[in-house]
Amino acid sequence: MNTNGALLALRGVSKSFGAVQALTDVDFEVRPGEVVALVGDNGAGKSTLVKAIAGIHAVDDGEVLFEGQPVKITTPADASALGIATVYQDLALCDNLDVVENLFLGREELASGPGAIARQLDETDMEQRSHELLENLAVTITDVRAEVGAMSGGQRQQVAIARSLLGEPKVVMLDEPTAALGVRQTAMVLGLVKRLKERGLGVVMITHNLADAFEVADRVYVLRLGREAGNYPVAETSREDIVGAITGATGGQS
Amino acid sequence: MSAQPEALPPAGGVDSEAEASPFSLRTFLRRFARGDLAEVRVILSIALIWLIFQSQESRFLTAVNLTNLVLQITAVGLISVGIVYVLLLGEIDLSVGAVSGVCAAIMAVQNVKHGWSPYVAIAVAIAAGAAIGCAQGFLFTRFGIPSFVVTLAGLLIWQGALLKVLGETGTVNISDPKITGLTGTFYSDSVGWIIAVVAIAAFVAVNVNARRKRASAGLPAPPLASLGIKLVVVAAAIIAAVAVLNSDRGVPLAALILVAFVIVLQYVATRTRFGRHVYAVGGNAEAARRAGINVNRIRIAVFMIAGTMAAIGGIMGASRLLAVNQSTGGSDLLLLAIAGPVIAGTSLFGGRGTVWSALLGAMVIGSISNGMDLLALESSVKFMVTGGVLLAAVIVDALARQQRQAAGRV
Repeated sequence: MNTNGALLALRGVSKSFGAVQALTDVDFEVRPGEVVALVGDNGAGKSTLVKAIAGIHAVDDGEVLFEGQPVKITTPADASALGIATVYQDLALCDNLDVVENLFLGREELASGPGAIARQLDETDMEQRSHELLENLAVTITDVRAEVGAMSGGQRQQVAIARSLLGEPKVVMLDEPTAALGVRQTAMVLGLVKRLKERGLGVVMITHNLADAFEVADRVYVLRLGREAGNYPVAETSREDIVGAITGATGGQS
Repeated sequence: MSAQPEALPPAGGVDSEAEASPFSLRTFLRRFARGDLAEVRVILSIALIWLIFQSQESRFLTAVNLTNLVLQITAVGLISVGIVYVLLLGEIDLSVGAVSGVCAAIMAVQNVKHGWSPYVAIAVAIAAGAAIGCAQGFLFTRFGIPSFVVTLAGLLIWQGALLKVLGETGTVNISDPKITGLTGTFYSDSVGWIIAVVAIAAFVAVNVNARRKRASAGLPAPPLASLGIKLVVVAAAIIAAVAVLNSDRGVPLAALILVAFVIVLQYVATRTRFGRHVYAVGGNAEAARRAGINVNRIRIAVFMIAGTMAAIGGIMGASRLLAVNQSTGGSDLLLLAIAGPVIAGTSLFGGRGTVWSALLGAMVIGSISNGMDLLALESSVKFMVTGGVLLAAVIVDALARQQRQAAGRV
């Protein structure tokens, strides 16, 4: 099986829910340092595809290869063990906790030294690492001890993405990261997506906004009615081609 | 020591507060209105309540009465400590009053009728409270029944169990000095001062060490001035409390037990992984689940804490009354135990609050109740006043939540 150096490759993947065929014979891949925009109309299977990769829905048929090796992803834990992180649209942040607490939720660090006896959290170390992480990603959050609930949608999105990076993933999947964001906030989030790419991560981004896709993506992958309807390098395509593939007006080239 | 760092800077640079200094009066007032400074609000309320009662009855602010007040709030304060954890989850436990009664009865019957050692009787009673809490937590998580229904059923069951345990006589008098000593022991003046010095030294050491650690890690640390003010205020409060208690019977063991539980469980809530997860589940259970937290395990553990603290509160209450009878743990104990933390700023909506609010809330309710007793008001008035205070506190909580939502903080 030739995966052409792809980090993650799906070959002939199908998934049905009862009588509904959500994905049919889908081939999909993402390479290191590549941003793939996943587009399609409502119900085209974008979320199903992402959830299949994230281990929420096991695929019925087809093959999944990670770094060239065939793998089985049947639970979210399988996906994160491989190095696949997913940021869902509802972000899953705790609004009553601050940035540091959210970043390290579920992987809190315990203090060494005398504090270890009382199983004390290592707040200073977590706060330092939060600063480092956010600085590396050029995320501007002035106060990492501010409650996440008090932040703007763009900042919350960036916190959620930064959090997914703490597990050192190789592939990050973003579910409509710019939905419901203003122009400036969208620019912040897209800037962050570019930095993920610069770090050599494979990024899969579901989006409804073709302007976003053209700004950050290397490839646009179109799903229509659960099938691949087009796979376009951004440099060689036009918006019309993609709209045509989404609506079914033109056929899918690969 | 409290969960809210007193110099919490403005949030993330998104609202207009970002430009104002975190120490400006305007920021302070806004945070006050938003409910971030609930503890300051409560301490001011306590001061106001004390002034009102003192103006009506000169015996109120005497060492004797204040010592009595401390003894009166011990049982309800301890039960409230467990309630705080339940409220942090956004749940409720209506059974704690009945659990405190049945556990006190278990202790009394084993000690008095069966002649068990007081230590064993107390340990068995606490274990029973933990087991009851665990069972209720299991039913709540396993069947997805709202906690308020599970614990309402528990309330009836444990009230019945109380009657059963007490048997035909319906009252068991406690005379074991080890048990009555829990609320009847007072330390001499010199021991009181030693306790004060140790407490102040520990508080200073913890705070200075925390600041030093932050500073050496290159993180923003609270300004020395505000840290100094905090240390001086707390030291003064400890000295004043010990001075008042010493001028009557001395520092009561009961007060030390209450404060020790508050400090330990406040530490668990804010400085450990378990406590962090409790706040997370209360804030957004789905987010907590996705972060890999075993949400049901946290919930069962929290109901166990509530049951355990209810048992401990019941034991202290029985020790003070020197008896367990059919009305132990009944009446308004449950409502006061829940009202206290809410009055002192722990949210009924989950995810926000401190264990200190159990102590502060018990002070508010205890002061009102004690003052009205001194004024010899009828129970009708007492119930209505206490109910009114609770209602006012819940409205403040709801308003603070609305303020947060208006500011985009859900």
